[in-house]
Amino acid sequence: MSLAGNIETRPDGSNLIVDASGTWTLATISGLDKQVRAIAPSSGQSVSIDLRNVGLLDTAGAWVLFRLRERLKGEGFQAEFSHVGDSHEGLFHHIVECEEQPPMNLQKFHPFRRLTDRTGYQSYQMWLETKAMLAFFGEMMLTAAGALLRPRRLKFTSIVSHMEQVGINAMPIVGLLTFLVGVVLTFQGADQLRRFGAEIFTVNLLGISFLRETGILMTAIIIAGRSGSAFAAQIGTMKVNEEVDAMRALGINPIELLVLPRTIALILVMPLLGFYADMAGLVGGALMAVISLDLSIGQFLTQLQSAVPMWSFWVGIIKAPVFAFAIALVGCYNGLKVEGSAESVGRMTTRAVVQSIFLVIVIDAVFSVIFSFIGI
Amino acid sequence: MAQPARLEPTLEARVEDDAVIRLRGVVNRFGPQTVHDGVDLDVRRGEVLGVVGGSGTGKSVLMRTIIGLREPQAGTIEVLGRDTRALDNAQSKELRSHWGVLFQDGALFSSLTVAENIMVPLKEYTNLSPRLMEEVTKVKVTMVGLPVEAGSKYPGQLSGGMRKRAGLARALALDPAIVFLDEPTAGLDPIGAANFDQLIRSLQQSLGLTVVMVTHDLDSLIAICDRIAVLIDKKVVVGTIPELLKLDHPWIQEYFRGPRARAAFGS
Repeated sequence: MSLAGNIETRPDGSNLIVDASGTWTLATISGLDKQVRAIAPSSGQSVSIDLRNVGLLDTAGAWVLFRLRERLKGEGFQAEFSHVGDSHEGLFHHIVECEEQPPMNLQKFHPFRRLTDRTGYQSYQMWLETKAMLAFFGEMMLTAAGALLRPRRLKFTSIVSHMEQVGINAMPIVGLLTFLVGVVLTFQGADQLRRFGAEIFTVNLLGISFLRETGILMTAIIIAGRSGSAFAAQIGTMKVNEEVDAMRALGINPIELLVLPRTIALILVMPLLGFYADMAGLVGGALMAVISLDLSIGQFLTQLQSAVPMWSFWVGIIKAPVFAFAIALVGCYNGLKVEGSAESVGRMTTRAVVQSIFLVIVIDAVFSVIFSFIGI
Repeated sequence: MAQPARLEPTLEARVEDDAVIRLRGVVNRFGPQTVHDGVDLDVRRGEVLGVVGGSGTGKSVLMRTIIGLREPQAGTIEVLGRDTRALDNAQSKELRSHWGVLFQDGALFSSLTVAENIMVPLKEYTNLSPRLMEEVTKVKVTMVGLPVEAGSKYPGQLSGGMRKRAGLARALALDPAIVFLDEPTAGLDPIGAANFDQLIRSLQQSLGLTVVMVTHDLDSLIAICDRIAVLIDKKVVVGTIPELLKLDHPWIQEYFRGPRARAAFGS
């Protein structure tokens, strides 16, 4: 048995004999394919493709030989196989079946078309996504209204359990991070303001920026990453396990059972977390002020009291329930959109985090505009 | 770019005797738990071998051990006359082109279309021209009984049965000598399962394949398996169904004489 495959043509009277021999497999087929394509009988010849010396043959080899025969037939020659081995018959049987099928339509990569295609597709998806999220918002509002009319339907145990998960369990990370941000903010502020001899205004900077923006924004972003993703993953996993479908089949509204408790818990907890974050930030700032500005705690507090109006605090806290609602809405929405596989859970969880952080910052910007209009 | 490993069609000729896979004294342990304790198994050329056993007896572990996804604690594994554990990377890669594996749910790459999935091994191991590659891919798609339109679809758009067929097409992409199937008919309806059995049998005959299939499906066992390897007491017992029935082991008796088995034999 020779290692290489061969193809030779020789005239036999008015006929052309194509002698295939040796190995016709994927390993040898590339070279053979070129030779096979080059076979061109002169007019009037009938062609016999002799397979008696073919050793190993696989589907690729059989396909190339078969295609030769079909091409010659198509060009008007008489073309036939001869001496097909018994063990090879089955292969040709499969090939004939394949030939009867229409050609395979494979999409070729085309950069420009791909670009326009994706732009259009993504824009359309974004539009659909917005509509779907608004629809979900509406459905949630209706369910909430129904539940508020009959408060017994609300699952208080579930709400309390979620409050623990998203609130109390989040306290270490929220506290630590906002404390550190308070430290950093004071340190940087003091460093710059010292050049004007205005170190004392570091306290104003810290107080106002932390109470109005940084504290609640940091909290919202941490909660979006921590609880928004958890909501999406929890509900998504239930979706994969068909638990959500089971609820629907039992006549239980999954929004009432899964979405409302999470949303209510987060709305209740977020202002508290925001307050806690403000305090942690101020403590961090105070610590840094004592160390780097040589202020006493008393001086710090006096300055804080005179520089920061009460409204600054409320501006921050008012935003908390709105952020909470947005995070819960996006997390639960993406969780319910999970379909089929575990991979989908991962994708939707990522989307939940990205979308909720995006929404939180957009809402924050809207609040800033409103507050500046009414002059707070 | 890495050179495609060379296929050596004469590899099979080097195996003098009939066993294409030979396991000797294979031991698999997970922590303190021993799953296989000295498994000996010969798989003959051109046969369809069914692997059965209760849950937790390590059917899939055995298959994963043979294809090198798992390193056994002891024992030798010869595939096509080569000790799989003594090969260097290039040799081991070359050996892998001689077998195809169908995982339980097809394990198709979800970011690629069916046709692209089939092309993965072709691109890795051969240097076919794009045109020829497409043609060969089309042959494989129709060979496993998929409509050609399925070639441009993504695995997520296919039904479970079609995913299995596509997985089989990918396993057969290189015209391997041996095909491993992990529960090929699990999750298919009886008609789909019977069709799949038929498909495996006809491909096995026309392509001269050696098939090792892990299965729980008594109908498949009876319809297409030449011999059956039963995993009991951490070892393997191999034989045809009549041979196995002569053995006086409670699990075998229960398995082949239970009500489901009687129904399958009766038909």
